[in-house]
Amino acid sequence: MELYELGLAGALSLIKEKKASAREVLDSVFTRIRNVDGRVKAYVSLTEELAYKMAENAAGPIAGLPVAIKDNMCTKGVRTTCSSKILENFTPPYESTVTERLFKAGCSLPGKTNLDEFAMGSSTENSAFFTTKNPWDLERIPGGSSGGSAAAVAAGECLAALGSDTGGSIRQPASLCGVVGLKPTYGRVSRYGLVAFASSLDQIGPITKTVEDAAIIMNIISGHDPLDSTSAPIPVPDFTAVLGKDIKGLKVGIPKEYFVEGMDKEVEKSVRDAIAHLENLGAVPVEVGLPHTPYAVADYYILATSEASSNLARFDGVKYGFRAEGKDLMEMYMETKARGFGAEVKRRIMLGTYALSSGYYEAYYGKGQKVRTLIKRDFEEAFKKVDVIATPTSPTPAFKIGEKTADPLQMYLSDIFTISINLAGIPAISIPCGFTSGGLPIGLQIIGKHFDEETILKAAHAYEQSTNWHTMRPAL
Amino acid sequence: MSANGKYETVIGLEVHAQLLTDSKIFCGCSTKFGADPNTQTCPVCTGMPGSLPVLNRKAVEFAIKTGLAMDCEISLFSRFARKNYFYPDLPKGYQISQYELPICERGHLDIKTSEGTKRIGITRIHMEEDAGKNIHEGAGPYSLVDLNRAGVPLMEIVSDPDLRSPEEASEYMRRLRTILRYIGVCDGNMEQGSLRCDANVSVRPRGQRELGVKVELKNMNSFRFVEKALEYEITRQTKAIEDGEKIIQETRLWDSAAGVTLSMRTKEEAHDYRYFPEPDLVPISVEKNWIEEIRKGLPELPGQKIERFIKEYQLPEYDSELLASEKPLAEWFEEAVKLGGNPKAASNWIMGELMRLLNEEGLSIEEKPAVKPAMLVEMIGLIENGTISGKIAKTVFEEMYKTGKQAKIVIEEKGLVQIADAGSLAPVIDEILARNPKEVERYKAGDEKLIGFFVGQVMRATKGKANPALLNELLKKKLS
Repeated sequence: MELYELGLAGALSLIKEKKASAREVLDSVFTRIRNVDGRVKAYVSLTEELAYKMAENAAGPIAGLPVAIKDNMCTKGVRTTCSSKILENFTPPYESTVTERLFKAGCSLPGKTNLDEFAMGSSTENSAFFTTKNPWDLERIPGGSSGGSAAAVAAGECLAALGSDTGGSIRQPASLCGVVGLKPTYGRVSRYGLVAFASSLDQIGPITKTVEDAAIIMNIISGHDPLDSTSAPIPVPDFTAVLGKDIKGLKVGIPKEYFVEGMDKEVEKSVRDAIAHLENLGAVPVEVGLPHTPYAVADYYILATSEASSNLARFDGVKYGFRAEGKDLMEMYMETKARGFGAEVKRRIMLGTYALSSGYYEAYYGKGQKVRTLIKRDFEEAFKKVDVIATPTSPTPAFKIGEKTADPLQMYLSDIFTISINLAGIPAISIPCGFTSGGLPIGLQIIGKHFDEETILKAAHAYEQSTNWHTMRPAL
Repeated sequence: MSANGKYETVIGLEVHAQLLTDSKIFCGCSTKFGADPNTQTCPVCTGMPGSLPVLNRKAVEFAIKTGLAMDCEISLFSRFARKNYFYPDLPKGYQISQYELPICERGHLDIKTSEGTKRIGITRIHMEEDAGKNIHEGAGPYSLVDLNRAGVPLMEIVSDPDLRSPEEASEYMRRLRTILRYIGVCDGNMEQGSLRCDANVSVRPRGQRELGVKVELKNMNSFRFVEKALEYEITRQTKAIEDGEKIIQETRLWDSAAGVTLSMRTKEEAHDYRYFPEPDLVPISVEKNWIEEIRKGLPELPGQKIERFIKEYQLPEYDSELLASEKPLAEWFEEAVKLGGNPKAASNWIMGELMRLLNEEGLSIEEKPAVKPAMLVEMIGLIENGTISGKIAKTVFEEMYKTGKQAKIVIEEKGLVQIADAGSLAPVIDEILARNPKEVERYKAGDEKLIGFFVGQVMRATKGKANPALLNELLKKKLS
């Protein structure tokens, strides 16, 4: 086994046993990057020199180990682009809270990973720079928007990564790349320094090779941050403490609304098999209803775009980033935005601006908020009966590059199973649960109660440890 | 007053008051005025991507304090909203403000009018952040932006449309300013922009129930301009109605140089601010205990002070109002009374000489710490015991004011002690009478008004030091 194939826990135990050093891990990872990133294209920026410098004096629980960061989290002194032309040359003079916490824990930064521009998309095809390839099939998308992070983890170009998830952007690419992705409860992890897409939905989380690694990263990045008022002042447990505990009697909700017509048959079979496997481990499947599920995608695209239209207003050419010339202020604004933003970002800004306009606000945003409450209540009701809910993460495996770019609605449906979770603000994890006959990974989503990441980690770990999907590596 | 008796004016004011917090409303940057451009900024107040606002508790406290001083209902649950518009001085492309759930609602403020006390309703008070400032200087085709002011906490105080004349509007502004300064939430400096005022004004035929079409006036940065702009606008609207024209709902700017209001934008051109709840901040929930704590910390308010001065010191309403108009002045007065000064005498000296001298220098009483209440009290005592005359006292007071020296020392140095013994005064009187035989004759023939002439002459000869009562007495005796 090559060192780059290791996860955090794996590398830490080798280092502890003095069978390898953090430096050797770093060497292996950068060699791997040199060998495969030309084809995978996971990284927007590589920071090799910085990574070695950071590793030199690193101390802490993950000292010297490379964790890749999605390029929408600000890193002080390191270019942060959001894969957008408008921020192509933006170097933040401040550190986001998650990276500060990771760096304090000793992590070393190998580079910043590609995403759909401003995290808007499900394939990385909306990156202003290039499309990241799925390491399992280079003709396919890695999912998105954290496609760069998921592909980097799957391809062994880092030990772990951070992604951000507004409607599925951690879980869907994790599922499509055959790795683990956790979206924490809204408020569990600070958003300070995360370039906002939809503030009430965005949440940062780990993309890793194993459930244990996800727990390790959660231990580092979770907890209240005085710089983010929406981060919850709730105590953070040791997320690794629940790993290895059995799941006997764990009630697993199966929502009928998530097993629908038109779903990929192989995906459905793998997920049903996974649920049966959980049952074998002692879990008790319980059918639950989430009746407002059909409204989730529409609701999300009202609320998320409304917030986005306001969040992206600051990119106006005045203070930082790209500025187009214009004969007056208005023309400068219009040209900067017209040339600085890509088509999908513009589409969402227009949608959101419309939804918030006077005369339409109540019909769209106002109604959207009410529907959001109903979706939240669906989960509250379901969680009165069950401990976790299990569903597919994505309705299909990774699709071909270009397959859905002409039809934004089809693209939006990639997140049909993940979006409700963001609207409800609850945590969910995607873990590998099989492969299609064509060798593409399939993901199982396990959804938990508010601030109960422990239970989904426990269930995910029990499943993972009794299967070997997570040991599979793409041939590159 | 309206420009024409047939019409009634309806005015509502929106006052923006800059809060006297040390740091900005959503970050830790300083709010100090006058620093070099962009030196008091950080990722939050410059709208850097990924930065997030964190609410300054002090700003909330100040807004609640203001609400309590105006008998508002304090909302236990309120929240911020985003007001979206593009302007280079607005770094995020939206202003964080309060919209549907402001921190304070339904209060009132009493003003004095020619017809007595009038209660003006306060619709709401809400918190928001200030924008930066565009600077247009230098030769280039560009303007510059200074973001030092971006994020400075503001409070917007919206009145009900209860004001009926420019005088009432400016009286309301003065009262409001006094209260804000009393409770220490705003310095009330209109020139520096820490107190700003927009007005909604409309005119309707007297007796008509529904309001006329309103015009919003902006850019009135002094009490005088508020009055002038409203006067101009009322005349303009009245004339338009008389001429059968329609008033257009619009925003107009006061041009103080030209003395006119000019259209800035019409309703059709008005911004759609696309307000929605600010997702980066959690709603504000205020504990009742905290409100009570703030209420307990409120000082005596101007209205209460005026009442008390009238009752406790038997001062006329005019004196009480004037003394209470500034808290430090009221405190200065009360200190003088506490030290034994006669209240009315102290009030007279403060309203007369002290205010005159302060106004000449353009200073307020706090800016003149060398002049102490004890000095006035001592001087009043010296008048009362006859050491100096009231007239001489004016000279003494001015000297005290300028040098900070005690009355006694001034009197000694300048030799201003009153001549109050007949032995010293008699020779002077004799000499004056001897020098003016014609006037003595006329007096004796019955022209008794001439007594004033003799007093004047003696006073001049003694440099005003003659005791007036003694002088009168001696003169009458010698002339009889």
